[in-house]
Amino acid sequence: MSKLLIDKDFKRRIEEISDQKLSDCYQCGRCTAGCPFANFMDAPPNQVIRFMQLGLKDDVLDSQGPWFCAACLVCQTRCPRGVDIPRLMEAVRVIHLRAKEGLIDVSEIDKELLLDAPPLALMSAFSKYTY
Amino acid sequence: MKRIGVFICHCGINIAKTVDVEALTEEIKKYPGVEHAENYKYMCSDPGQNLVIDAIKEQKLDAVVVAACSPTLHENTFRNASERGGLNRYVCEMANIREHCSWVHDDKTVATKKASLIIKTIVEKVKYDEPLEPIQVNVTKRALVIGGGIAGIQAALDIANAGVETILVEKGPSIGGRMAQLSETFPTLDCSQCILTPKMVEVSQHKKIKLIAYSEVEDVEGSVGNFKVKIKRKAAYVDQAKCTGCGICYEKCPIKVDSEFEEGLGKRKAIYTPFPQAVPNKPIIDTEHCTFFLKPGKCKVCQIVCPVQAVDFEQQDEILEEEVGAIVVATGYDIYEPEKLKEYGYGTIPDVITSMQFERLLSASGPTVGDVRRVSDGKEPKRIVFIQCAGSRDKENHLEYCSKICCMYTAKHALLYKHRVHDGEAIIFYIDVRTAGKGYEEFYNRVTDEGATYIRGKVSKVYQDNGKIIVLGADTLSGKQVEVEADMVVLALGMVPTRNSEALVRTLKIQCDANAFLTEAHPKLRPVESNTTGIYLAGAAQGPKDIPEVVAQASGAASKAIAILTQDEITFEPTIAGVDEDLCSGCGICVGVCPYNARELDREEMVIKVVEALCQGCGSCSSACPSGAAQQRNLIDRQIERMVVSALEEN
Repeated sequence: MSKLLIDKDFKRRIEEISDQKLSDCYQCGRCTAGCPFANFMDAPPNQVIRFMQLGLKDDVLDSQGPWFCAACLVCQTRCPRGVDIPRLMEAVRVIHLRAKEGLIDVSEIDKELLLDAPPLALMSAFSKYTY
Repeated sequence: MKRIGVFICHCGINIAKTVDVEALTEEIKKYPGVEHAENYKYMCSDPGQNLVIDAIKEQKLDAVVVAACSPTLHENTFRNASERGGLNRYVCEMANIREHCSWVHDDKTVATKKASLIIKTIVEKVKYDEPLEPIQVNVTKRALVIGGGIAGIQAALDIANAGVETILVEKGPSIGGRMAQLSETFPTLDCSQCILTPKMVEVSQHKKIKLIAYSEVEDVEGSVGNFKVKIKRKAAYVDQAKCTGCGICYEKCPIKVDSEFEEGLGKRKAIYTPFPQAVPNKPIIDTEHCTFFLKPGKCKVCQIVCPVQAVDFEQQDEILEEEVGAIVVATGYDIYEPEKLKEYGYGTIPDVITSMQFERLLSASGPTVGDVRRVSDGKEPKRIVFIQCAGSRDKENHLEYCSKICCMYTAKHALLYKHRVHDGEAIIFYIDVRTAGKGYEEFYNRVTDEGATYIRGKVSKVYQDNGKIIVLGADTLSGKQVEVEADMVVLALGMVPTRNSEALVRTLKIQCDANAFLTEAHPKLRPVESNTTGIYLAGAAQGPKDIPEVVAQASGAASKAIAILTQDEITFEPTIAGVDEDLCSGCGICVGVCPYNARELDREEMVIKVVEALCQGCGSCSSACPSGAAQQRNLIDRQIERMVVSALEEN
C-alpha cells in the first residue's frame, strides 16, 4: 500500500520546469482520449499528471509515458483547462536528463559504432549525456 | 328534457381536414336531445363565441356542448360565453375532437365516426349536468410559520411585509436555526451570523410578527382560510415579560452542560440562552440538568441573583390557541448520525469530528474564537482529511440521496482552514464534486488553486495507530490505494429532515417521502405547495438545499400564502365530490384514498363529511366508495353509465 506522502518539492520542481499549475488539471481525460500514443504508454498522459498531482515521484519517473510523448500538441490544443501537457512531459524528461544517469564516455564508444551511427544522433547524445 | 346546442369547430383545418364537419353536424342534429347544431371555422374567435351566445338566446338552450379542442385550452372561454348567453357555466361542456381524434387519425371516415361518438357521450353527460355555484370560503387574514430558521424567518418577514399578521413558532429557545451555527457561507464567504442576525432582529421588532419561541405546534384543525392551531408554550421557568435579558442568571449558574449550539465543543449553563445574539434574548432553564429540578428546592442561585424576580420555578406549559388562514412549514434539517458510520471512528477517535462541529471551530464566535484546534489536545492540526459523502449516496447502508450542500461546504472548510493555518494541508476524499450553483465552480477552482488536494475515492477506514489518525482510501484516478496520516478528520455528513418532526407532519396531514422530506404538490410546477391547499413548504424540510435556495423557496411559499391571505374570501371550483348521507355507511374507505385530506368521518352521525375547500375533484373517493354515496358533482355514476352506453351503442 502506498502511503500518501505528497512530495511537495517534486511537485514544485515539475511546476517550475514546465511553468504549469498542476491543480489546474481536473482529470477529465481529454488529453488521453486524443493522444496518438496513449495505447503504447504504461501510464497514459492524464495518469502521469495524476501521479504528479499526488507528488508520487517514483511513479512519475518510472512511467514510460513521457518517453512516448511526441510533443504533437494535440492534448495541449484540446485541454479545457489550458494545461500545456507536453511541457509537463518534457519536464519529466528534463529531470531524468539532469540526473545524469547513463552518461556517455566518448573514449569508450566502439569505433565501429562511431563510424556507422548518424552524426546527428551522436551530436544529440553528446549534448544530452555528457558533462 | 333539456334543449342542447352542439357547436362544432373546424379549428382551421386542424379538425376539418380529418373530420367531415358538415356530415358530422347533420348526424348530431338527429341525436335525441340535440335541438341545435352548427359548425364554424374558429369557434373560439369572437364571431364563434357569438354563435354560441346567440343560439342560447334564440333557441332557448338549456345546455351547451362545444366540440373542439381540449378543455384545458378553451373550457373557460366557452363557459364564459355560456354565462354571457344567460346559462350557468357548469352546463357547458367540451367534447375534445382535436387531440383525441383529428390529430391522431388519418382516415376521414373513421375519424368522423369517432368524433360523432365523442360528441354524443358528452351530450349524454350534459343532460345530467346541474347548475353549480363556486364554493366560497371566508379567510382569516393571519399566517402561521412553523420553524424559525432562515426559511421560517424569510417567510415570516415576507408575509408580514405584505401587511399580514404572522405568527412564527420556534421549537428552540431562539430563532436562527442551523444558519446561526455556520461560520462563513459559500461562495462569497459572508459571515453567516452577520447576515442572519439583522433579519432575526427584524423579526423580533416587526409589528406584524408575533414570535412564539420555545414552543411547538400541538394540533391543527380546519382547512385553508380557517385553521385552528394549538401551540404548546413550554415552561421556560423564566417570566418572559419580566426578564430583561441581563444575563446575570447564567453567569452565576454553577452547572455546566455541553452546549447543543456549540455541537458539544463548548459549554453552557443549566439556565441559558443558546448564543449571545439569541432572539428572543431570554434564558430558559434546562430541567434535565438544573439542580433545583434534580434535588427539589436546592440551589436557586438564578432566582436569588435575578434583579427583576423573573425566575419562576412554578411555571407550567401553556396551550395557546390561534386562528390562521394559511401555514408555512419550515421545520429544517438535522445532520446524519455520525455514529452510524462506524468505520470512520466518530465517538472513539476524538479528532474525528462532524462538519457541523468544524463549522463551530471556524466560527469567530465559536469555542476557539475561530482558531482551528484539535479537540483532543488543543493543538493546531497540520493535516486535515475531509471525507465527503459521509452517509450520502450510499443506498445499501445509509442515505440513498445526494445531500447537495456537502461538496460546497467541504470546499469552503478546506479554504477557511488554509486561511487559518497557512502551512496546513487539506486532503479531500470525494466521489464526485458537484458545484451546481452560481459562482460555485469558480469557488471550487479557487480552493484547488489554493492547494487543497482532492482525491477521488471513498475512505474505507479511519483508525488510530500510536496516537496518529490513519485514513485508508483509494485514488481511483491513479488506481492506487492510499494511506494518509491525519491530525484531524472531518466527516461531511448528509442532511436529514429534523428528527421527531413526524408528529407535526401527521397533525398537519401533509405528506412526506420515503426519506421523510415533505412532499410538494408537483415536483416541477408546484414546488412550494403541499398537497393540502393552504399549507406551504419552505427550506430543507422539503429536501436538501443551500441558503439561497432556501430563501427563494421561503419567499415563494410566502407569496402563495399572501395570495390567499390578502383576499376576503377565496373561491374554489364546485365540481368536487359530495356525499349522499342516505347512502353513506361511514365505512371510511374514502378517507384513506383521498390524497388531499378532504374527507373526514363524523363518528356521531357515522357519515362522511367533505371539507369542500380541500377537495380537488380527483374522483378517488367516487371510485372507491362501495355504496355509491361519494359522487363527483356533474360526474355522477349515472352520467358515466350513460356516456359508456352511448359510446358503445353504435358498435
